[in-house]
Amino acid sequence: MCGLSPATKREKMSNGGLRWSLGKSKLLGNMVAAGQAAVVSENLGLALRASAALAWREVIRFLRQRHRVVGALGQPLLFWLLFGAGMHRSFRLDADSRMPFWQYYLPGTVLLVLLFTAIFATISIIEDRREGFLQGVLVAPVPRWVMVAGKLLGASLLAVGQALLLLALCAVWGIWLSPLGYLQAVLLLWVVSTAFGALGFVLAWRMDSTQGFHAVMNLVLMPMWLLSGAFFPVPAVEPGDLVQTGLHWVMRLNPVTYAVAGLRGMIYPGRLPEGFWEPHSAWVCWAVTVGFAAFWVLAAWRVAERPAAGDGL
Amino acid sequence: MDNPSHSSTPAVVVSEVSFRYGERLALDGVSFAIPRQTIFTLLGPNGSGKSTLFRLMATLVGLQQGRIECFGFDVTRDVYQVRRLLGVVFQSPGLDRHLTVWENLWQHAVLYGLGSAEARRRAFLWLERMGVADRVDERVGKLSGGLARRVELAKAMLPEPPLLLLDEPSSGLDPKARSDLWQCFVALKQQGTTVVLTTHFLDEAERADQLAILDQGRLVAHGSASQLRGECEGELITIQTDDPQAVVEAIRRRFPVDPQVVANCVRLEVTDGTRWLASLMESLGDRVKSISLAKPSLEDVFIARTGHAFHEVAG
Repeated sequence: MCGLSPATKREKMSNGGLRWSLGKSKLLGNMVAAGQAAVVSENLGLALRASAALAWREVIRFLRQRHRVVGALGQPLLFWLLFGAGMHRSFRLDADSRMPFWQYYLPGTVLLVLLFTAIFATISIIEDRREGFLQGVLVAPVPRWVMVAGKLLGASLLAVGQALLLLALCAVWGIWLSPLGYLQAVLLLWVVSTAFGALGFVLAWRMDSTQGFHAVMNLVLMPMWLLSGAFFPVPAVEPGDLVQTGLHWVMRLNPVTYAVAGLRGMIYPGRLPEGFWEPHSAWVCWAVTVGFAAFWVLAAWRVAERPAAGDGL
Repeated sequence: MDNPSHSSTPAVVVSEVSFRYGERLALDGVSFAIPRQTIFTLLGPNGSGKSTLFRLMATLVGLQQGRIECFGFDVTRDVYQVRRLLGVVFQSPGLDRHLTVWENLWQHAVLYGLGSAEARRRAFLWLERMGVADRVDERVGKLSGGLARRVELAKAMLPEPPLLLLDEPSSGLDPKARSDLWQCFVALKQQGTTVVLTTHFLDEAERADQLAILDQGRLVAHGSASQLRGECEGELITIQTDDPQAVVEAIRRRFPVDPQVVANCVRLEVTDGTRWLASLMESLGDRVKSISLAKPSLEDVFIARTGHAFHEVAG
């Protein structure tokens, strides 16, 4: 799509000073045409193409920055291996211990990869703004949603790609899904990563440096992930035990819990043993996750219509 | 009006534009027009409001008060029409450093609805005109500042907009790159483009066909450089001295003129410069460290209109 054939290149290549070979009349003609060339704001196809181009940029940028690839996949993977080994003896779902911790923890690891990748992809909007690229997009004749869609599509492509890499690695350990299972998993992962990406976008839009973002990451996003059943299962309500009951409700009200449960259900069919809570069915997981994503996508769209810090000053 | 290239409306009309950042008034009732096919500079010291005006014209920031029209289209009401007619080069480099020159241009072309084949044709055309066609597959991060600026110009010109807006395009460029850039502007103008740029370099403003001078949010002068210089009468005598106040007093006592003290120098506008030089030297004697006679410059216009030197504006 973006290469140039060697023949064109040779033919056009020339160096040195400024060259103005075209006659005046021709360019004036082009300028009249320029008024018609750009109707992106009125043409859905062109607008979607613009979104796709912006998403493509996110992917290319990511792949060209090695440290990002390593960071987003490496840390969750390391956590998985270390916690999987370390918790192996102490973690027991029930007396039979049918599920070792590294297995239990796998869907949570996939979610963590999604969280890191999607959110770091969208907070790059802060960098875009500082580098001036964003301003160029903002004054182009495209509606704002094109920019939001491009960002979210790019973020989710990266996130799902990374998560699939991890699942492929699991196949080596003998954890397989049916083709339909993989298809479902990709769809769910795509919805979840769009939700995380949109959440990151909303957080980042009004920030002018990435520093404030780390606080949000540690205080909101990590707890949200920890309390999603990713790391330990949701305890059942236990009358008289306020801590357990409190934890139960916090986790039950956390939308990410449903994404984790949904993914776990796809990888390990069957229910958790007595004493733990999980969503009633896969449909509940899907509904909550789609709702969560829709909420944040709408929020991102709304927030992008407003001017942000740094645009005006 | 639907075909702006054929009507006779000015490229830009700014009328009664005011803008506030909270309490601070950044623009105060600014009005002027930019004729088509000219090179126009918005000149002003830092904090004069020129960048704010630039952001308003570029449709990056919404108007608070007043109107701006581009080729007859209102920047608020017809924002998409206006955006189609604008090429904008911001002060911070608008190129993605991780992408190649072509990838950057292609992204831009897609945002402006150009097909890939057309984008490729125009990318080569403009890169060649800017003298950077051989860099097409290089990452932008590897280019020098001057080359990156040219690529950016090519990018902005890709949709072939009739109006090109540039915010401080020569900042950070060496003199050679600056003069190359101006060659580009002149060539663009000859091809029919209106080029509008902000600058805080007086010499750069002199080269433009027309300019508007902003100071502390107000328009202090507007017209061509020679027109503006013509408003300052005759010639200008500048005296350097250790005690400007005393020299002013001495001159006032002897001659029927009213000299000014600007940036620690005594200045006065006269009509018969050479005769004045002689009589001033005679009456002031060794209080004069140096004395010079010059045609008024844009800086003199600025001083005449604002009462202070161009670069001594307080915060």
